[in-house]
Amino acid sequence: MTDQTDYTPVAAQLPSRRAARDTILGLTRKDFGLLTVVIALTMLAPFLLNPFPSNSAMAQFNAGYPDLMQRFVIFGIFAIGFNILFGLTGYLSFGHAAFLGVGSYSCVWMFKLLGYNVLPGILLAIVVSGLFALLIGYISLRRSGIYFSILTLAFAQMSFALAYSVLSNPSFNLTNGETGLQVYTNDPQWLQGDGPRAPHIFGLAMRETETLSVGAWNFQFNAGYYLCAVVMIICFYLSVRLFRSPFGMMLRAVKSNQQRLNYTGVNARPYTLAAFVISGMYAGLAGGLLSAMDPLAGAERMQWTASGEVVLMTILGGAGTLIGPVLGAGFIKYFENIFSKINESTLHAWFAFLPDGLEDALVAIVYPFVGKGWHLTLGLLFMLVVIFLPGGLVQGGNKMATIFRRDRKGGGVEDDAAAQRQAGE
Amino acid sequence: MGILEVKNVGKRFGGLHALSDVNLSVAENSVHAIIGPNGAGKSTLLNCLVGKLIPDTGSVSFDGQSVLGRKPHEINQMGISRVFQTPEIFGDLTVLENMMIPCLARRDGAFALHGYRAMMRDREIVDRAEHMLEDMHMIDKRGMHAASMSRGDKRRLEIAMCLAQQPRLLLLDEPTAGMARADTNNTIELLKHIKDSRPITIAIIEHDMHVVFSLAERITVLAQGTPLVEDTPDNIKGHPKVREAYLGETEH
Repeated sequence: MTDQTDYTPVAAQLPSRRAARDTILGLTRKDFGLLTVVIALTMLAPFLLNPFPSNSAMAQFNAGYPDLMQRFVIFGIFAIGFNILFGLTGYLSFGHAAFLGVGSYSCVWMFKLLGYNVLPGILLAIVVSGLFALLIGYISLRRSGIYFSILTLAFAQMSFALAYSVLSNPSFNLTNGETGLQVYTNDPQWLQGDGPRAPHIFGLAMRETETLSVGAWNFQFNAGYYLCAVVMIICFYLSVRLFRSPFGMMLRAVKSNQQRLNYTGVNARPYTLAAFVISGMYAGLAGGLLSAMDPLAGAERMQWTASGEVVLMTILGGAGTLIGPVLGAGFIKYFENIFSKINESTLHAWFAFLPDGLEDALVAIVYPFVGKGWHLTLGLLFMLVVIFLPGGLVQGGNKMATIFRRDRKGGGVEDDAAAQRQAGE
Repeated sequence: MGILEVKNVGKRFGGLHALSDVNLSVAENSVHAIIGPNGAGKSTLLNCLVGKLIPDTGSVSFDGQSVLGRKPHEINQMGISRVFQTPEIFGDLTVLENMMIPCLARRDGAFALHGYRAMMRDREIVDRAEHMLEDMHMIDKRGMHAASMSRGDKRRLEIAMCLAQQPRLLLLDEPTAGMARADTNNTIELLKHIKDSRPITIAIIEHDMHVVFSLAERITVLAQGTPLVEDTPDNIKGHPKVREAYLGETEH
């Protein structure tokens, strides 16, 4: 992946006027290439994330099981949406988990009222979270900078409190409080009919999984994962279109110099509000998909740690870049699920070849960074990225591409300059 | 009746009378300079014209319509563009993108939700922006980051961006402040070229007398928040009150 920078210098993007018309699906060749890479990665994920044979010691590093793969793409959607607001306009929302939660609850309510088809739930999740974002954005966007962040955080915490206790009393139980909202056998489910008794799309159950065994490898193809993956590809495509549109350019102008924009006859407020609502709808869609995969919605999805997580994903991957948020989401979810599984006995097994004293010492050193301490590793990595790669993982990828090109060409000042230019494109 | 009419405008900041009883009339298609010593209220007056400040008393009207109470973007859409003292451009965007934004603002208004249209395929906007850059001799810089340009080029770009909106009134706030002599002369030439190539009214606030006397057709001298005198450049040069206002300041 060469270029995922938030913006491509126009001259480089357009070597000639003919190139401007040379587009595929409305994307330039390079953006289309990026889309192809994303499609390939998501479609082949069951293979790519399962590199180790299932009976080997390394098998615990395999991430190609349905539950985790679903999380990769769902949080990818969440981060893509967040990036539209934060990456383009620079407005840092600390309350996006509220929209994720609202989307989750909406979807479960559709299961309870209509039936287990996920389509109405996902659609309602988008609509409700969009309306919710309109309300919160309208008020929060009256301020900018840290005050905006605090306002969104306050709204999200209020939503969390509402969901956790206020809206779960016996007379009006919207969220089912601590237990979490779930489907009960006495729920109406008016349109359920004879369909599967679990989330499905027109009869195809989300948990349906085909396993392909090749030698010692077991590759799992899950219906729910592929639904989420297709939705993410559509979301990614729409976000690329938005980045390259006049609307996207205006959002970048808001980040760059709001004063000049106002004195250029442009009203920045509706632009930021539209970006806020769009990113809220992405978050709601992600929340709806979470419920569609597992029909249970809890208030903890709205908590501030969840809001902070999407900020981390976006910055870690590269804020303002196209693919960065997806990479960041995958990275963090991988850590959360894989590193947290490593326990003391696994470490002892790894270092068993060493003399006993050394083995114990090594385990003692490594242990705090894995298992329950995975946050420690993530924190250190986050620090390293922010200090050395302010552009996130995408910048790291670009740097490596530059070094690689330089090596291949055998150095030289002009080559270096050319390589840097290419990497910057 | 001028295109810009300022009547009895007053503005106080606490106990300070920044402006009191300011009357000013800028004739259409003229170059009008507002000069005065530091603290005379020049920038306050300008901010009252573009909606950044609202005067306490008096009225400001542009082309017969009041601008008071309107937001900066609304006033801009009426046909008033402002050039800032330190160039205000979109530093993170390329030069061409900088030029495209005012072109979009002129065509699509204060807000348009074109989130699905490919920006670079909008030939009308791209062509207009490129044409404007050619006109300002900046076309070779179209792919550059705006922030990486020299100060003189940033100023030139900012003026070009304002002109791309085809404003009827161009307000300049000390456009040559902090510039080297060569850049100042370039800016004077640029403004002369603009003036001669299209119908436009220019109001300019300036410290540099060289700039003022090279461009202005009429000059208003502001001192302590009130207009001292308004006349042609030739008459201003030898005016005793003007000498007093400026010399009085230098004695401090």
